[in-house]
Amino acid sequence: MPDIEQTKAKARRIREHALRMVHRANASHIGTGLSMADILAVLYGGVAKVDAANPRDPDRDRVVLSKGHGAAAFYACLAESGFFPVERLATFCEDGTALAGHVSHHVPGVDFSTGSLGHGLSLGCGVALGFKRDGRPGRAFVILSDGECDEGSIWEAALFAPHHRLDNLVAVVDYNKIQSFGTVKEVLDLEPFADKWRAFNWHVEVVDGHDHAALAQAFAAVPAVAGRPTVILADTVKGKGVSFMEDKLLWHYRSPSAEQLEAAIAEVRGTE
Amino acid sequence: MRTAFIEGLLEAAKDRPDIVLLTADLGFSVLEKFHDALPAQYLNVGVAEQNMMGMAAGLADLGRTVFTYSIANFPTMRCLEQVRNDICYHGYPVRVVSVGGGLTYASQGYTHHGVEDIGVMRALPGMTVIAPGDPAEAAAATKALCDMPGPAYLRLGKAGEPKVHAGPIDFAIGRALRVRDGADVTLVSTGGMLVYALETAERLAKEGIGARVLSMHTVKPLDEAAIVAALAETALVVTVEEHNVGSGLGAAVAQVVAGIDGPRAAFRRYGLPDERYSRVGGHAYMREMMGDLRALVHAALPRARRGG
Ligand SMILES: Cc1ncc(C[n+]2csc(CCOP(=O)(O)OP(=O)(O)O)c2C)c(N)n1
Repeated sequence: MPDIEQTKAKARRIREHALRMVHRANASHIGTGLSMADILAVLYGGVAKVDAANPRDPDRDRVVLSKGHGAAAFYACLAESGFFPVERLATFCEDGTALAGHVSHHVPGVDFSTGSLGHGLSLGCGVALGFKRDGRPGRAFVILSDGECDEGSIWEAALFAPHHRLDNLVAVVDYNKIQSFGTVKEVLDLEPFADKWRAFNWHVEVVDGHDHAALAQAFAAVPAVAGRPTVILADTVKGKGVSFMEDKLLWHYRSPSAEQLEAAIAEVRGTE
Repeated sequence: MRTAFIEGLLEAAKDRPDIVLLTADLGFSVLEKFHDALPAQYLNVGVAEQNMMGMAAGLADLGRTVFTYSIANFPTMRCLEQVRNDICYHGYPVRVVSVGGGLTYASQGYTHHGVEDIGVMRALPGMTVIAPGDPAEAAAATKALCDMPGPAYLRLGKAGEPKVHAGPIDFAIGRALRVRDGADVTLVSTGGMLVYALETAERLAKEGIGARVLSMHTVKPLDEAAIVAALAETALVVTVEEHNVGSGLGAAVAQVVAGIDGPRAAFRRYGLPDERYSRVGGHAYMREMMGDLRALVHAALPRARRGG
C-alpha cells in the first residue's frame, strides 16, 4: 500500500517539474499533466511493480500512458521514481532529446510510445493476455483520457478484455471533462460512462482522482472480481493545483509565462 | 497556411451551403470563425477519425462537399480504410485536410510527424494530393478544391509560413508553378520546402549554378510535362520534400524518370531517409536529418554535366 504522505509529496514534485518543463519548452498540454499527477504519484508510489534498478525485468508491470500528450508529467514521474536523473527533464523538447512532447519509448522507464489517442488500451490487452498465457504475475496499467474514449479502438479493447478474462488489466480514465476543442459534454458526451463499462463487463471503481487514499484503495482492490478487468474512473480537474489553470481549455494549449510559472509553482507547493 | 485555408474556405462556404467542415476535436484558435459564421455547416465530431471519414462519405452522398480537419496522420492513416473504401472508391468530394504536414510538429515526437502521408494518400486510386508551398498556394488550392469533383488530400503546414509568391498566382491543380528560372539544375519542391528550395537556388546562383525551381504543389496527378521538360532542359533534377523519399514526391517523379528512354538529366531525391529515429528537437534540428540540399547539388552536378 502506498505511503500517502510520500505520494502527495511526489505529486507536488511532478506538478512542479511539469510546469517548469512546459514553460522552458514553450510546450502545450500542462492541463492534462496536472490533471493526472495524483494518479501517477499513487501508481508509482508502490502500486505498479516496477523497479528503476531493474527496469527491464520481464515480469514487471507495464504502464501505458495512452494519452501521450501527458508526456511532461509522465517523464517527471519516471525521473522522480529513479529511472533517470531529474536534471534530464530540462531537455524536454530540446534539440537532440529523447524526451519528446508525446511519450517516447526511448525514455528510460517507458515501454510504449504514444501520442495518437486510442492505442493504449489495446497495448494493455496484449500485455495482459501475454502475461496470462505465460502464467506470469504481471499486470498492465493503462491511463486513458476522457476525450480519447471517443475513439472506437478503445471500445474494441473494452469488449475484448472481459471476454478474455483479463483481470490483470487496469484502465484508469483521467475524467477531467474537457477535451481539445470543448467540454466532453458539448463535443461527445460519454455519460452514463460507468454504466457503459459495466455493460461491457468491467469492474468499475469511481473515485476522486485527486484523493490519494481513494486511488490507493481502488488500486489495492485489483482484481476485485476474478476474471474481470478493472476500470478506475478518476474524477479529476484539468489543470488541478493551479487555480488559474483549473478547468480551462486554454491550458490545453498555452505555456505559462515566467510570471505565471512562479505563481503556479507557489500554488503547487502550497497544495496539500 | 492554416489561416489561408480557413479564410478561403469560409469565403467560399458562405455562398455554398453544400460545403461542410468537420473536425476531429482540433482547430483551437483556427476554426472558431468558421463555426461562428456558419454553425449549420460545421461540426466537431469528437476524437474519432474513423467515424468522421465514414460520416463524410455519408454526407457526400447527400450532396455535401465535405472538408475534414485534423493533424498529420490522424485523418489519413488512422482511418485509411474509410478514406480508401468509403470516400475514394465511391469518388465522393471529400477533402481530407491535415495540418502539421512534414516535421512541423518537430519536438512533439514521431506520432506527430506526417512524413509518410503523401505516400499513403498517393497510393489511393482517384485521390488528388496537394501540398501547397506557401499561404498563397494554400488559399488558391482551397478555392480550387471547392469546385473539383472527387476526393482530395490537402496537406498544410502550421501557421506563419512566409509568403513566397508576391503577386497573384496562376494556380491550377495538377500544374506545377515555375517560381524561378535557371539552366543547370531543377529543384522540384512540394509543400513548405519551397522556401528552402528557393534559398538554396539563390545561393547556388551566387556560385554560378543556375537553378530552376518548380513548386509541385500537386503530387497527384503529377505534372509530368513539367518533369519531362526539366529532365530535357537541365542537367540535374532534384525533388525536395519534407517526407520519406521512398514514397512521396521523389518516388512519384522517379516513376516519370524511369519511363524516359534516351538521354535525360541526372536525378536525385532530397528528403527524409527511410529510417526510424529516436531523437527529436526543433523544426530546424529535425530538418538536419535530410542533410544539405546545396551539398547534394554540388556532389551530383559535375557528373550530371558529363552526362552520367
Ligand atoms: C488520434 C488522435 N486524434 C487527435 C489527437 C489530437 N489531440 C491531442 S489531445 C486531444 C484531446 C484532449 O482531450 P482528452 O483526450 O480528454 O485529454 P485531456 O488533455 O483532457 O486529459 C486531441 C484531440 C491525437 N493526439 N490523436
